[in-house]
Amino acid sequence: MRPLAITAYTVVCATGYGKNALLAALQDRRAPLIPNDFTAESLPTWIGRVPGLEGEQWNLPAELAPWESRNNRLAWAGLHTDDFTTAVAGARHRHGARRIALVMGTSTAAIDATEAFYRHQADPPSTPPHLRQGELHTPHSLGHFVQSALGLEGPCFTIATACSSSAKVFGQAERLMRLGLCDAVVVGGVDSLCNSVLYGFASLQLLSPDPCRPFAVDRRGLNLGEAAAFVLLERSGSELQLLGYGETSDAHHMSAPHPEGLGARQAIEQALGRAGRRAQEVQYINLHGTATPKNDAVEALVVAQMFPAATRASSTKGWTGHTLGAAGSLEAIITFMTLQTGFIPGTLNTRELDQMCGPQIRLDNAQGDVQLALSNSFGFGGSNCVLLFGRDSR
Amino acid sequence: MSANLQVAVLGCALWNSPQGARPQPSILPANERRRAPDTVAVALQVAQAACLNAGRDPAQLATVFASTYGDLAITDYMCSTLAQAPTTLSPTRFHNSVHNAAAGYWTIATGCRQPYCALGAGDYTFAAGLFAAALQVCADQTDVLYVAYDTETRGVQAQLARSRGVLGVALVLGVTGPADGAALELEVSSQAAAGRTPGTNAMAACLPLIAAIEDRQSQVLCLPFGPDSSLRLQVRHGL
Repeated sequence: MRPLAITAYTVVCATGYGKNALLAALQDRRAPLIPNDFTAESLPTWIGRVPGLEGEQWNLPAELAPWESRNNRLAWAGLHTDDFTTAVAGARHRHGARRIALVMGTSTAAIDATEAFYRHQADPPSTPPHLRQGELHTPHSLGHFVQSALGLEGPCFTIATACSSSAKVFGQAERLMRLGLCDAVVVGGVDSLCNSVLYGFASLQLLSPDPCRPFAVDRRGLNLGEAAAFVLLERSGSELQLLGYGETSDAHHMSAPHPEGLGARQAIEQALGRAGRRAQEVQYINLHGTATPKNDAVEALVVAQMFPAATRASSTKGWTGHTLGAAGSLEAIITFMTLQTGFIPGTLNTRELDQMCGPQIRLDNAQGDVQLALSNSFGFGGSNCVLLFGRDSR
Repeated sequence: MSANLQVAVLGCALWNSPQGARPQPSILPANERRRAPDTVAVALQVAQAACLNAGRDPAQLATVFASTYGDLAITDYMCSTLAQAPTTLSPTRFHNSVHNAAAGYWTIATGCRQPYCALGAGDYTFAAGLFAAALQVCADQTDVLYVAYDTETRGVQAQLARSRGVLGVALVLGVTGPADGAALELEVSSQAAAGRTPGTNAMAACLPLIAAIEDRQSQVLCLPFGPDSSLRLQVRHGL
């Protein structure tokens, strides 16, 4: 496929506001996860909570106030970090608002607002008026809100395929651009902490009671996090490029991966195939690496079988928590930073790797010249998406 | 200037019950059929019927699933339980609450490893899903199964969401189809289209298209696609 240029990006997650904050936390091996203080009932786990998101600084402006929710507040914070809104304004000037598509990814969108509406049922007159706004209570509240905030008028929809949501947005962007349906695409993912996922993952017994340890022999589950991550894609204008993507289904189980990772393997092959590259050329893989027993076992197996020992692979969920529908774009951005700076993150919190890990999976950070990197996202419902990014060396 | 998307309609199926009756899709094993959420039941019913109608093997088709609200009964259960007794949340209902539940059950039931997408676009969901499915047909030169569905508002959610009955629609779209079949041309237009009639299902925007396909009428339809845009659909029939 013809590569797409990544001309701007921004990120807000547990490490704070902006790509520099994220890069510094990765480099310093600083762990921002905290003991769960989000739920009213005690749930013994750790979370990746964005610090200060409740502050007045991130209040939505009056015209967008009907969209108030933790998720849209997080989206707003992301849009106003790393000069992203300015970059999109530039693209709007170059291409026109109708020629810029918007494809968002999320798993729970503004469900925090729906949860709040139900809590107010104990005393309905206490319900804040904005919670009665119907459009807030659909998965597309994210797409609709971001479209309004950025003043975009091109095709717009929200993908919700659980943990692969904001990886799959890159595939849609590439198709839209290839067929000439638009000249730029804003993609990204936003998922905020909410009771649905905290109590939900607790009910599945997938939450780790301590900081998550991806690929560790003694891993005990995942930590949930929250993030907003946005990327502007155009035909040219950056040496940083989307080179390929692969999307497959496991056809196996709603909440467990295929035991041999068949779908994951096919997604990796597809991503490399679209770019005409080989596994031997991949220098870094940002793994899905949730630290659940099953995900990590299957992913470790696939990586060990497909890649040479020289390929470095790591999970960065020890820094950010699992940000679910935002993870695809968040981790794409980590691979952008690796391609741009040569900084290669290791894996946090893990002391001893599971014996099924090959030499690819690393604990320590490293520095090197990285030209080709993959990012893996695998989700509930057996949805796999793998992205291939590179630096144009010409 | 915007490019147009052209696709052939290889098969279609509709389940429309304003009274809210749910189908019993035979593709699910009996125990799963009983337990499946309404959204999964209606999505799998029409998906299976459209594949039969098109004479296509479901395992070979990429899919796009679209729903305005996802499963409203599960959302009502989740939010009620979280407000009252959050630690009693059912793990099964939780994993069924994901927007891609129908897509997940479909790929498991059919053994399909082709990619799927699950999306929503508020009041523009039917058109957005059709657009995404046609985009994939044209970009990847492959057949795509498009499935769209919505169910009825439950509980206090009736104050927030507007949708009545159970409605599911499925279309198998391809690059080329039989000479006597229907074909669609999709074009994004800057003219806004009329919204949905109050008291209908959130996916009711599909009904004029299904009528045009089944009645073999060549006509132009305008589906709401965004706050200031519509999807102009030219429906043609072969000689």
